[in-house]
Amino acid sequence: MARTKQKAQSLLESEIKVAPITTFSVLSPEGKVVNEDEVPNLSDEQLQELMKRMVFTRVWDQRATGLARQGRLGFYAPVAGQEGTMIGSQYALDKEDFILPGYRDIPQLHFHGYPMYQAFLWSRGHQHGGQIPEGVNVLLPQIIIGAQYVQASGVAMALKKRNTKNIVITYTGDGGSSQGDFYEAMNFAGVYKLPVVFVVQNNRYAISTPVTKQTAASSLAQKGLAAGIPSIQVDGMDVLAVYQAVSKAKERAAAGEGPTLIEALNYRIGPHSMSGDDPTRYRTKEEPTEWEQKEPLTRFRKYLEGKKLWTEEMETGVIEEAKKTVADEIKKADQYPKMKMVDLIDSMYETTPPHLEEQKAEYAD
Amino acid sequence: MKTKDMSYSEAIRDAISLKMHEDEDVFMLGEDIGVYGGAFGVSRGLIEEFGPKRIRNTPISESGIAGAAVGSALTGMRPILELQFSDFITIATDQIINQAAKIRYMYGGKGKVPMVLRTPSGSGTGAAAQHSQSLEVWMAHIPGLKVVQPSSSYDAKGLLISAIEDDNPVIFYEHKLLYGMKEPVPEELYRIPLGKAAIKREGTDVTVIATSIMVHKALEAAKQLEREGIEIEVIDPRTLVPLDEETIIASVSKTSRVVIVHEAVKRAGFGAEIASVIVESDAFDFLDAPIERLGGKAVPIPYNPELEKHAVPQVSDIINAVKRTLQRGEEV
Ligand SMILES: Cc1ncc(C[n+]2csc(CCOP(=O)(O)OP(=O)(O)O)c2C)c(N)n1
Repeated sequence: MARTKQKAQSLLESEIKVAPITTFSVLSPEGKVVNEDEVPNLSDEQLQELMKRMVFTRVWDQRATGLARQGRLGFYAPVAGQEGTMIGSQYALDKEDFILPGYRDIPQLHFHGYPMYQAFLWSRGHQHGGQIPEGVNVLLPQIIIGAQYVQASGVAMALKKRNTKNIVITYTGDGGSSQGDFYEAMNFAGVYKLPVVFVVQNNRYAISTPVTKQTAASSLAQKGLAAGIPSIQVDGMDVLAVYQAVSKAKERAAAGEGPTLIEALNYRIGPHSMSGDDPTRYRTKEEPTEWEQKEPLTRFRKYLEGKKLWTEEMETGVIEEAKKTVADEIKKADQYPKMKMVDLIDSMYETTPPHLEEQKAEYAD
Repeated sequence: MKTKDMSYSEAIRDAISLKMHEDEDVFMLGEDIGVYGGAFGVSRGLIEEFGPKRIRNTPISESGIAGAAVGSALTGMRPILELQFSDFITIATDQIINQAAKIRYMYGGKGKVPMVLRTPSGSGTGAAAQHSQSLEVWMAHIPGLKVVQPSSSYDAKGLLISAIEDDNPVIFYEHKLLYGMKEPVPEELYRIPLGKAAIKREGTDVTVIATSIMVHKALEAAKQLEREGIEIEVIDPRTLVPLDEETIIASVSKTSRVVIVHEAVKRAGFGAEIASVIVESDAFDFLDAPIERLGGKAVPIPYNPELEKHAVPQVSDIINAVKRTLQRGEEV
């Protein structure tokens, strides 16, 4: 009797705790190496390429928000503040790896081979935006929060069945981690040891809801532990830390060791989207300025300048190139033939059924 | 009754606020409904007025929101939940269809789920295929649910108050394009019974049965047809479940001609139900022309504004359908 009582008590006392999570980083906000052992093995050219891509993406983002304001783009979700995670994670992939993005993850798609003018057409709801070129292993940006996570496990099942060494990377936000789909996907991937890298970009807000109101969990990374999958929190504004974490997760996945969850700490500097969000309704004006101290471009620029790998001329060169590319690509999108109702109807089924043929006839001219 | 010009969204907010003042058990839950005021501004100011325990700004978890509503309702609360877009009902449907709708029945009439699910539906705002659907017929198909589709500020307020007071789960479909429309609305609390249609315009030649945004298109068509000497009667069922069959049948017996119009896809849309109700009734003997049924095209809603318009019935489609039933104008 006494023994059982004692046992019950000790069970209660040994409540299950998550060890405090530390944030994995390689560079400090000042651009100094803080984790010598984890500096990724990248050549000088590769380091410069990471910087070029981040600068390019920043300029593209500024142009895109401008175009959206003028009504020349459709839906657009700004990316400033998240370039470290977006660029660093995609750079760790092989061309054959699959990307399952959320609506904000356009830069990763672009650097994986999805043409920018198609991203602009997608933003405007033009179907050609959805016609992903052959050999570009990406799916369309997901709008239904969480749906890409469960699909990622399916894509990974297919890769595994076909014995490829390729992996799937999928992205959602802090808000997305509240969906049932988020857990279900990780649970599948854990059970079947699927080659998936789950990235949750914790940019602190889901529209107006701060992450502290999204969950009582002290980190989003710990949500992977319940599914039995290795989980890590990284400084998402540190492009090297992200690159390193994703590379290791990819290696594990390719070796058949299963999925990883990576929580990347970011900050959404701009509004949620260009469809009328005013962030001052839910955060102070000063808050973004404070975060800009940790911002990914500044930090990596300092690091490269310290290594004599980055100059003002290089920066100006990338800015000019980005401006020109965006201008050319938007022009290409503008010139693309307009969509017609009949094309939409024809794209619904493999063979257009008779009832839709009738409907098409109404739009014959 | 003292009235005030209120937009549809103000009228909805007013109904919520009045009921929350009157009944401590009424509370709201939904995404971004706190300081942000909801995606369409309906709950603006409510968190300041009632505090975060009664205006629950939730995580992004539609199943969680619906399930929490069911659970709280089962134990005596009267939750009003907001789904940011009605398309996301897909994620909440287990709790609505297998749970909320069945509970009273399975508890032998003893359990009840007095919840209201409010949600914006419909196209016209350039929100594309996954944010523009009209899926009300899904819910109308499920025994145990009531389904409401108000088309004006006045109706929205009175119907929402009845919905909140109703002891059954009610699905309350708002239309995004109606939020800004204004009309005089009584400031005090009033009720419009669920299951009572409104005759929005009297006429003798053709009965046009329209729901939600289509009521306005039908009224616009009425104006144009009037100039040609055609008087249509516009009926807004206001609630699909329960459906006011009596008002519909009486009108059809008078006019002998029927056009039914909704924004939702025509195939298997609620118009098919209304048409069947008519032909199964004595009004069948009065029909002088085949029933005309208008609805959305069988395509996902296009993002492009021009194509988006093409996908759903327009005023001209209603005019043409009315003329067809009168065998006037262009033959099609
Ligand atoms: C299932 C579903 N529910 C709600 C929405 C509406 N919605 C669009 S974006 C968003 C916030 C998402 O926040 P988060 O996941 O943190 O990603 P972020 O936008 O910050 O990148 C919400 C609620 C949606 N698109 N899908």
